[in-house]
Amino acid sequence: MEETPTAPPPTAAPLTVPSPTAIEVEKLDFFYGDYHALHGVDLLIPAHQVTAFIGPSGCGKSTLLRCFNRMNDLVPESRIGGGSIRIHGADINRPNVDPIELRKRVGMVFQKSNPFPKSIYENVVYGLRIQGRAKRSELDAVVERSLRQAALWDEVKDRLDESGLGLSGGQQQRLCIARAIAVEPEIILMDEPCSALDPIATSKVEELIFELKKHYTIVIVTHNMQQAGRCSDLTAFFYLGRLIEMARTEKIFTNPSVKQTEDYITGRFG
Amino acid sequence: METTLAQPLTSSLVNPFAHRRSLARLGEGALRWAIRLGAYAILLAAACIFLQIGIKGAQTVFTSHWPFVNVPFFTEKPSTLYVFDWQGQKLELSDPDFRAFQAGHPGVEIQAETYAHSAGGILPCIVGTVLLVVGSMTIALFLGVASAIYLSEYSRPSLALRLIRLAIMNLAGVPSIVFGLFGAALFVTYFQWNISLLAGWFTLAFMVLPVVITSSEEALKAVPQGFREGSLALGATKWQTIRTNVLPYAIPGILTSSILGIARVAGETAPILFTAAYVVRDNYPWQVDKWTDFFFQPVQALPYHIYVVSSKIPQNAYTERMQYGTAFVFLGLVLMISLGSVLLRLRLRNKLKW
Repeated sequence: MEETPTAPPPTAAPLTVPSPTAIEVEKLDFFYGDYHALHGVDLLIPAHQVTAFIGPSGCGKSTLLRCFNRMNDLVPESRIGGGSIRIHGADINRPNVDPIELRKRVGMVFQKSNPFPKSIYENVVYGLRIQGRAKRSELDAVVERSLRQAALWDEVKDRLDESGLGLSGGQQQRLCIARAIAVEPEIILMDEPCSALDPIATSKVEELIFELKKHYTIVIVTHNMQQAGRCSDLTAFFYLGRLIEMARTEKIFTNPSVKQTEDYITGRFG
Repeated sequence: METTLAQPLTSSLVNPFAHRRSLARLGEGALRWAIRLGAYAILLAAACIFLQIGIKGAQTVFTSHWPFVNVPFFTEKPSTLYVFDWQGQKLELSDPDFRAFQAGHPGVEIQAETYAHSAGGILPCIVGTVLLVVGSMTIALFLGVASAIYLSEYSRPSLALRLIRLAIMNLAGVPSIVFGLFGAALFVTYFQWNISLLAGWFTLAFMVLPVVITSSEEALKAVPQGFREGSLALGATKWQTIRTNVLPYAIPGILTSSILGIARVAGETAPILFTAAYVVRDNYPWQVDKWTDFFFQPVQALPYHIYVVSSKIPQNAYTERMQYGTAFVFLGLVLMISLGSVLLRLRLRNKLKW
C-alpha cells in the first residue's frame, strides 16, 4: 500500500506525495462502443487528499471517475481497452472483483443531487439496510454521525422523518454526501457535486469537502476552476481523453508546466 | 419619421388591416367548423350510448318503492319468466315463484307464457366477471411486470430483445376472437382444462399482457435514473435496487395501465366465448365439491350474458329489460373498478412523489 511511484507518469509533473497512494491508474484506455474516451491515462491519487479533475466537457474526467467504482458497468457497450486501475493495490477490473463490494468502499456523490423519495433517516441508512443491518440503535448512531460529518445534523435533527425531497438543493446534496459516508467508504467520488447549487450552498459543500478529507480520500470532478483552486490539494487537467498535467493545485494554477493547461486555466479555451 | 409613428392608426382613413374576403379564408372557416363538429360528434355518441343504457337500464335496476333498488336482480340467478292471467290480473313470476304459486294452488291448470332468461337476476354473471377479472389480472400483472422489469432493467440490446419486442407488438394487434380460439385450442383442448375459469384466466391474461408490459415498462422508465445509480453506488445489488428503489415508484404507473387492462378483461366476450363462459350454471362458483374444482368450472359472465339475452333467445319486451339491466350493471361495475384503481393510484402518488 505504501507504494511510491517509481517512474512518474510521462505527462504528469513530478509529484511528491506525502500520503500513501489510494488509486493507481496505469495506461488506461476506455471505450464507449467505438469512441475512444480515455487514452493511456496514468495517474496516482494519494489517500486523504482532495484530488480535483478539471477540463472542458467531454474530456473524459467523469468517465475516469466512474471507472473507479465501476459505475460504467451500467453503460452498455462501454469497455476498458487496456491498462489497469488499482485501488489500495488491488486491480478492480479483475473478474474476481465484485462491483458491489467495491462500491461499498468507494462511495459516490452525483452531479444532480438524488435523494430517494424516502425520509431523511431512511436516506442515510439506505446503504446499511441493504447490507441487512437493521439494529435501531446502530442505525440511529450512524444517522447522527453521518449527518454531523456532512454538516447537516443541526439543520435536520428535528425532522428526520420528513422526506429528503423537502430539503433545499444544497441540503439535498449534503444529504447525499451523508448517505455516501454512512457506509464508511474509504474513497468518495464526487461528480460535479456543486454544479446545480447556488454560491452559498456551494461554499458549504466545499467547506465540507475540506473537512471530509481527514477521514476519506476524495476525488472531485468540477467544471469550476475556482472550486478546484479552493478545495483541492492536487489537480489533474484532462483534454480530449488525455491527462495533460497533474500537480499540486497551487502549481497548476500559478505555474503550469504545459501550455494547454495554462490556456485552459486562463480561459483561452474550454 | 417620429411624427408618422406618433399618429394613431385609426386616424388613417383606410384601415390597412381590414378583413379581406377570399375563397381561402372561407374554406378555412368551413374547415374549422367541420373539425369542431367532428369533436362534438363524440359527445353526441357518448351521450346516446350512456343515455340509452342509463334510462333503459335504470328501469330494471331501480324501483319506485323502498329500497329503490331491484334487489332480486342482484341476488338471484337468471330464470324463466312465466306470464299468465290470474283472476283478471296479469302476473309475471320467475321460475321459483311460479313453482311456489303452483304448489299453493294445487289442481289448477295454469296456461302461462314462458320467456327464457327474462326473470331473476344476474348475480352469477357479476360473480363470474369479478372472478375472471381478479384471476386474469393477477396472472397478467405477474407476468407483465416481470417481463417489463426484464426489458427495462436487465436486458441489453440484442436480437432476442428485438424479437421479444416484435412479439409484444404483434400480440397487441391480435383480435380478441383469435385469442379465444388460441385459448380453446391450447388450454381447453390440449391441456384438457375444458371450459373453465382457469382457461379463461390464461386466455384473458395473454390478451392484456401486451398492454400491461408496455405500460409497466413506461412506468419503470419514468423512475429517474438517479434512484438506480444512487442505490447501486451504495453497494446495492441490482435486484435490491429494483425492489427498494425502482419498483415502488413505478407502481402508480403500473396501476394506471392495469385500469385499461381491467376494463378490457371485464369487457371482452370473444376470448371467454370458447374458454370460460356458460349460458347458465346451476351452482354458484363457490358451490364446489373439491376446492380444486373451483378452477376447472365454467362461469357465467356479464358480457356473455348480454350476448345471450340479446341474440340467443327469442326477443321480446321482457328480454330487453334484462339486456339493458345487465348492460347498466356491467358499465357500473367497470366504472367502479376503474375508479378504485384511480383512487389507489392517487393515494400512492401522494405518498411516493419525487
